[in-house]
Amino acid sequence: MRVKLTLLAVLFIFSTLFGGAAMAQDMQEVTILYWQASSILNPYLSGGTKDIDASAIVLEPLANWSPDGSLNLLLATEIPTLENGGISEDLTSITWNLRDDILWSDGSPFTADDVVFTWEYCTHPEAGCVQGDEFVGVVSVEAMGMHQVTVTFDAPKPNPFRPFVSHIQPILQKAQFGECLGAEMSACSEQNFAPIGTGPFVVEDFRPNDVVTYVRNENYRDADMGKPHFDRVVFKGGGDAESAARAVLETGEADYAWNLQISPAVLDSMEAAGNGQVVVAYGQAIETIWINGTDPSPDSPNRSVWMEDGSNPHPFLKNMTIRQAMSMAIDTNIIAEQLYGRSGRATCNFINSPASNVSMNNTCDQDIAGANALLDEAGIVDSNGDGIREYDGHEIRVQYQTSTNAVRQNTQALIKQWWGQIGIETELRNIDAGVFFGGDPASPDTYQKFFSDVEMYTTGSASPDMESLLSNNRCGQAPRPDNNWTGSNIIRFCNADYDAALDELSSTAGAEARAAIIIRLNDILVQEYALIPLVYRSSASSAYANSLGGVDINGWDSEMWNIEDWHRLDM
Amino acid sequence: MGKYIVRRLLTAIPTILVISFIIFAILELSPSDPTGNLPLTIPPEVRAKIREALGADDPFVVKYVKWLNQFFIAEPLNFIETVTNITFPGSEERTRVISWATRGPVIDIIAERLPQTLWVVGSSYILGVLIAIPVGIYSAYRQYSIFDQVGTFLMMVGFSVPTFFTGLMFIIIFSVNLKWFPSVYDTTLVVTDIETLQLQLRQMIMPVTVLTLYTTAQMSRYTRASTLENLQQDFIRTARSKGLTERVVVSRHVVRNSLIPVVTLIALGIPGIFAGALITEQIFRVNGIGQYLIIAIQGGDLPTVQTVTFIFAVLVVLFNIVADVLYGILDPRVTYT
Repeated sequence: MRVKLTLLAVLFIFSTLFGGAAMAQDMQEVTILYWQASSILNPYLSGGTKDIDASAIVLEPLANWSPDGSLNLLLATEIPTLENGGISEDLTSITWNLRDDILWSDGSPFTADDVVFTWEYCTHPEAGCVQGDEFVGVVSVEAMGMHQVTVTFDAPKPNPFRPFVSHIQPILQKAQFGECLGAEMSACSEQNFAPIGTGPFVVEDFRPNDVVTYVRNENYRDADMGKPHFDRVVFKGGGDAESAARAVLETGEADYAWNLQISPAVLDSMEAAGNGQVVVAYGQAIETIWINGTDPSPDSPNRSVWMEDGSNPHPFLKNMTIRQAMSMAIDTNIIAEQLYGRSGRATCNFINSPASNVSMNNTCDQDIAGANALLDEAGIVDSNGDGIREYDGHEIRVQYQTSTNAVRQNTQALIKQWWGQIGIETELRNIDAGVFFGGDPASPDTYQKFFSDVEMYTTGSASPDMESLLSNNRCGQAPRPDNNWTGSNIIRFCNADYDAALDELSSTAGAEARAAIIIRLNDILVQEYALIPLVYRSSASSAYANSLGGVDINGWDSEMWNIEDWHRLDM
Repeated sequence: MGKYIVRRLLTAIPTILVISFIIFAILELSPSDPTGNLPLTIPPEVRAKIREALGADDPFVVKYVKWLNQFFIAEPLNFIETVTNITFPGSEERTRVISWATRGPVIDIIAERLPQTLWVVGSSYILGVLIAIPVGIYSAYRQYSIFDQVGTFLMMVGFSVPTFFTGLMFIIIFSVNLKWFPSVYDTTLVVTDIETLQLQLRQMIMPVTVLTLYTTAQMSRYTRASTLENLQQDFIRTARSKGLTERVVVSRHVVRNSLIPVVTLIALGIPGIFAGALITEQIFRVNGIGQYLIIAIQGGDLPTVQTVTFIFAVLVVLFNIVADVLYGILDPRVTYT
């Protein structure tokens, strides 16, 4: 009797466990995995990709960027240009004509007031708005009627497509966020957890740092075209990249997994299961070796401090021949192929996108013999027989620092070996990413302080316009004690031609003319060997199920930029 | 006994205050920065403004007193208000403990997460104890039998293999290859009928098993050791020589006495349930208290880390008292005055 009962109980447990396996799916649902969970749905309060992407499903800017770096209209009727009068002749203002048929998800109409409000919201003096930098130089944002808005800048802006463009600065609804100005910004958790948007979905439930569920926005502008195709989105966070990839590629529990920074070999073997595929998107992210323009030696009183009169140069890296030889010794192809796999390509340029910006003037094939010859010719030889060359009485020993990360340490090892072959000794150092990028002015180990001869990290640009990225290296913007080590010119670069070209760029409109200047700027940096570009890294790498259609991964905007087009394929 | 409890509770108050201060000081001294995880493209001026808006650069004492006020005055009042619907004066001005990452009240998130932590970690704890005690007793009673040998081996495995390994192994076997159980825990699932109960059981089975293995291993070792000790006592020999049956000897005399230290151990382990199982929650995406704490630490979210760690500290102090009191009740030799 007892045995029978136990058996029955076991049977019951098993039947309950497996009985529910075949559940009817009448709702079309898409499951997205982000291994960093979203904490807030307001991109003005958080700069994390996880938060921007989660809010991009609901909130929309006037226009966003397509994967090829071109503009894609969302809430405006046309792209403002000089020709159609949208951009003023003096380049100081841009006028957007808004669509008059857009409704917020609560049914109220979207107007120019909402755009103006969004600017006021972010630029309020007490706000602490994360995207504040996007509005720098904006004097006013004015509504010129219900459906027209003009943004005025304090100086000519040849590239005015920054405010309200891309998912990092979408439009907020004035009616909802009106009370949340300034210091109240953080107190509005109800609004920040469920913003009303114009996008394809509406927040149904938000659990901070865990999961967001969305349902279809019935008032979406393309609802009559059947968009969005899904009824429900589950945006689940937590875990790690590897298990997220597994859930899409192997178990098929999720449809999309974000940012899979895992070993290419592991990813390949998961992809072989045949449930889905891995895609990468390229924006502007370059793994670069940065060369210190100042003297970082520990006994120097002005360690890595840039001086206006150029009086604190690096003892041997000031010599261009040495920098050139260091660059020639590196085989970027091996680094890209062996260490980055599908997530990176070898490059000789600092600027690699959009296509029109890419310089054709640089080559960077490895040439160790040539590098040795170059140094010998310049008289930079090893005179004391210790295997290390000397320059000006200094042994050429470089300290090479980067953040702690397996791929970076492998890159370091390869480069150390190559530099050894040209008589340069390298001491490797790696620093915890939190400290290295942390920017704590009290720490000696930040990338800004640069207490090292060379360092390596990736820099990039969030928008396809390269002006702000290139402006980082303007003379005089070096991190120094008097600016609390916050400057952007990490390499302490100072070049009159470069600055002149930057000035020209800031007053030139028109994509073609700008591209020519950008190429010139790139060539100065690369041909002066002020930095050594190594790998053009994909800025996004995600996996999606074979049954998911419409995915078009984007390196210039949120990966969720076209979620309204995602649909289920018949398998 | 009542006097003893009151005294212990009263002495706990300064202890708790000191703990809260120490936690706060450690966090303050650590180099974490709430804007540290922002993209590199965000300039330092903007970062400084964000820190200012958060109050992250306020002096230590200001921050600490603010937190004390929020945690010990504002939060309890707010709780009473929501439960009873009575509004106290000054309700508008009171600020609750607000997370720097989510800009929402920390306590609400903890409350939201408690169910999944209790479901998964709590049930594994109960299950672990239920398995461990009989296994431990039987192993000791039949010391060096095959059951004991196999049990000891399995328990050693459970004790020494980390949960991140067993968890991963379970996922690969049961999710990837057999496709029996989901590897992603759905925290939005609400159990309303048989079907959702099935789903809930299916998604709980792997994390619970992983944790149970660990708890069982730990508890059964203690039970076994304690039982072995008692089996050799004189009063057991006396009981046997009185002619009592083995059943009575074991259940009345051995087990009862052996469980005294085990019960204490169980009570001391309870705060651990609330703290969640950091690693297991991460592996299966259970997203309970443990995962919340980890994210907060990574993000330099000081109010959250402070509050969660502090609640944990309070539970440890409280359950220490509970364990001591239980000890007194179970063991007549121990008296408190």
